[in-house]
Amino acid sequence: MSTITQNSVPAPTTRRPVRDEMIALALMTIVLAIVPFTGVYPFFVMQGLCFALLACAFNLLIGYGGLLSFGHAMFLGTAGYVTAHALKVWDLSPELGILVGTAAALGLSVITGLIAIRRQGIYFAMITLALSQLLYFIYLQAPFTHGEDGIQGIPQGKMFGVIDLQNATTLYFVVLAGFLLGFLIIYRAINSPFGEVLKAIRENEPRAISLGYKTDQYKLLAFILSGTLAGFAGALKVFVAQNASLTDVHWSMSGEIVLMTLVGGLGTVFGPVVGAFVIIAMQQYLAGFGQWVTVIQGVIFVACVLTFRRGIVGEIGHYFKRSL
Amino acid sequence: MAETTTLDRPAPPASSGPALLSVRDLQAWYGESHILHGMNFEVRTGEVVTLLGRNGAGKTTTLKSVMGIIGKRTGAINFDGHDISRAASDKIAKRGIAFCPEERGIFASLDVRENLMLPPQVRPGGLSLEQIFELFPNLRERLKSQGTKLSGGEQQMLAIARILRTGARFLMLDEPTEGLAPVIIQQIGHTIARLKKEGFTILLVEQNFRFAATVADRYYVVEHGKIIDGFANAELEANMDKLHTYLGV
Amino acid sequence: MSINIQALLAQLLVGLINGSFYALLSLGLAVIFGMLNIINFAHGALYMMGAFCAYFLLNLFGIGYWWALILAPLIVGAFGMLMERTLLQWLSGLDHLYGLLLTFGVALIIQGLFQNYFGSSGLPYAIPDELKGGMNLGFMFLPIYRGWVVAFSLVICLLTWYLIERTRLGANLRAATENPTLVRAFGINVPRMITLTYGLGVGLAALAGVLSAPINQVRPLMGADLIIVVFAVVVIGGMGSIMGSIITGFTLGVIEGLTKYFYPEASNTVVFVLMVLVLLVKPSGLTGRAS
Repeated sequence: MSTITQNSVPAPTTRRPVRDEMIALALMTIVLAIVPFTGVYPFFVMQGLCFALLACAFNLLIGYGGLLSFGHAMFLGTAGYVTAHALKVWDLSPELGILVGTAAALGLSVITGLIAIRRQGIYFAMITLALSQLLYFIYLQAPFTHGEDGIQGIPQGKMFGVIDLQNATTLYFVVLAGFLLGFLIIYRAINSPFGEVLKAIRENEPRAISLGYKTDQYKLLAFILSGTLAGFAGALKVFVAQNASLTDVHWSMSGEIVLMTLVGGLGTVFGPVVGAFVIIAMQQYLAGFGQWVTVIQGVIFVACVLTFRRGIVGEIGHYFKRSL
Repeated sequence: MAETTTLDRPAPPASSGPALLSVRDLQAWYGESHILHGMNFEVRTGEVVTLLGRNGAGKTTTLKSVMGIIGKRTGAINFDGHDISRAASDKIAKRGIAFCPEERGIFASLDVRENLMLPPQVRPGGLSLEQIFELFPNLRERLKSQGTKLSGGEQQMLAIARILRTGARFLMLDEPTEGLAPVIIQQIGHTIARLKKEGFTILLVEQNFRFAATVADRYYVVEHGKIIDGFANAELEANMDKLHTYLGV
Repeated sequence: MSINIQALLAQLLVGLINGSFYALLSLGLAVIFGMLNIINFAHGALYMMGAFCAYFLLNLFGIGYWWALILAPLIVGAFGMLMERTLLQWLSGLDHLYGLLLTFGVALIIQGLFQNYFGSSGLPYAIPDELKGGMNLGFMFLPIYRGWVVAFSLVICLLTWYLIERTRLGANLRAATENPTLVRAFGINVPRMITLTYGLGVGLAALAGVLSAPINQVRPLMGADLIIVVFAVVVIGGMGSIMGSIITGFTLGVIEGLTKYFYPEASNTVVFVLMVLVLLVKPSGLTGRAS
């Protein structure tokens, strides 16, 4: 049985994969840094960055731990609601709002992680989906989320009292910094001994157990890291969208996160970033076509699973025999 | 490639008649690993032919290749005048080949009767349930038991019994004596002798050639995925020394 | 606390009806998972197609409820078999998760297409004349159609159980679930069996859809949220046992109904909360073998 990630590159390559990844990272950073000066709609790129970070966090779990979470929207939405509430009702500063929202996602990921890692494979996916649906119904009824309306008109404020987030360019660089921070944390994690153990668990859990690893602890840690960073993305997104709504906790959002990562390449470092921008761009262009967006997303799912399991970046990496 | 003396001559037939199964240059793979490297042998109608060889020589893979349940195979497999080398395993079974796998393949979620009735009839003229109970009286008592609750010997009998119902006249038995007590082995030996008398053709895989000697007409020795020797039962004594070397016993 | 027996029994009946759908759907999921190793995310969409099929049969061809009860599962089941032949069969040998992703995609396509043409609002489907009205049982008023749904679902569930656990065909199915290679080597056409099994599971979902049409109206997203609840039911019950799926489905429906009476705010979430509790106490599910 082949595992869900086919993007692990054969080990003995002539070039060290890390160098390729460093070059790609530098290129990505430069491109993203000059975006505000190119006339591209910054809101679109900021939104893309939030989703890219979200997909990267999700990818940490599926691509390196082999765990498919079908409920990652719960971290996005929870952090979004808490940050939005903190900014609007508690009048917290932006940095504290982000901190509180991310902390909420951390707490949630500890609780849900402890429950979900009790089962593997297909059950893990169903459990995470059910847990996120549980949260959806809670948020639907909880007064502070304002139900169907969501939390609107959230003040962006001044970060650390000086950085004015109402300025689009300033906000852009703050979001970019946040994205890079999260991305580097994930990159560091997958290249650490922790990441190696995680990959070993994905390849063969019984063997990892027999080698003396407490695999449940590793999986839980990966889940917490993934959920927390997904929450961080959700907190950042509040400043971009200036609202927090039920859309972000809905199962269809969890599905979109899966789709972004699948399109970009499960288990690739840069795939989720590419996938996130592709899907966001597609939604932007097809916004006027109603539910055809859903249909097309479904078609992409089917096509990816049947013919394109490596994803965009995975295919590129495979073609050039590089790890990206 | 430096080969040891590769004897590819088919051993003299014990009973005359056309080859029921003839295998030519059979190669087979499990995923990436190449297991069979050009097997050539044949089995004639009414014979009991035994494949001998060490663990991992490719005996089981040979049976699985004939049955069509191996990842990839090439070469010619002719059965009863038909090329079955590309057929799916259910089509092969329908041609009248029945397979009793190494681990017996008794189904835990089926009771003994269901296990017995599972293989569909592929030809008329299979044994009736009465005839089967005559061969294996134990099974009659255990019809309602869960398949895997039987003892090892009973499971082996069930595994043989269920393929006798189907009307297939060519049986492939993979290590039917493995892990069984001597008294059960004897009973299985009697059964095979009886089946042979009734005209079944049997291709047997055995490690235990003392057992094989009681039932087989001919032997092939398999090593590294090739037939390296073959002889008739009458020549067994004369080949004993060689056989000991081949099998490392 | 004073208990309004009438209201309690009414909620209990609603619970039993939902339980019928949970049972029919989780039964299909379990049968499909056993043979195909796929969690059929499209199950909710196919349930919806069953309801729409009944709606079309009535409004386009004038074919009523009783025929729809037979035709809709056959039509949608045939659609499912086509889906298995064209899409799902390519997944064999891949990680189970790909099956989930593929069928999720199929669900999006189906639901998206129906939403395009029918929006999100419900289309009415009338209760057939024979089942209109109600019966006074003395202690409660029983709407006949609702009683029929529960009784009929129970019969179908038990028939499915009988088919799988007690017939020759079912024995083939159980054996093929255990060891498809060997079953095929006995001369049984396992790929055809897989297709038919998927058709059976899908047919059960479509049947549930027809049953639900007069109660819940016919909506493109009627199966979207339901399937997630059914996933929780499957996690609670495990997929190892047919009877386990049936009992778990009905029981959870009843518990949900009771919650609607005693603490309505939690009625949407009670199944998920129970799932959490079961996972904490018995991670392998109530009837399931450890995965």
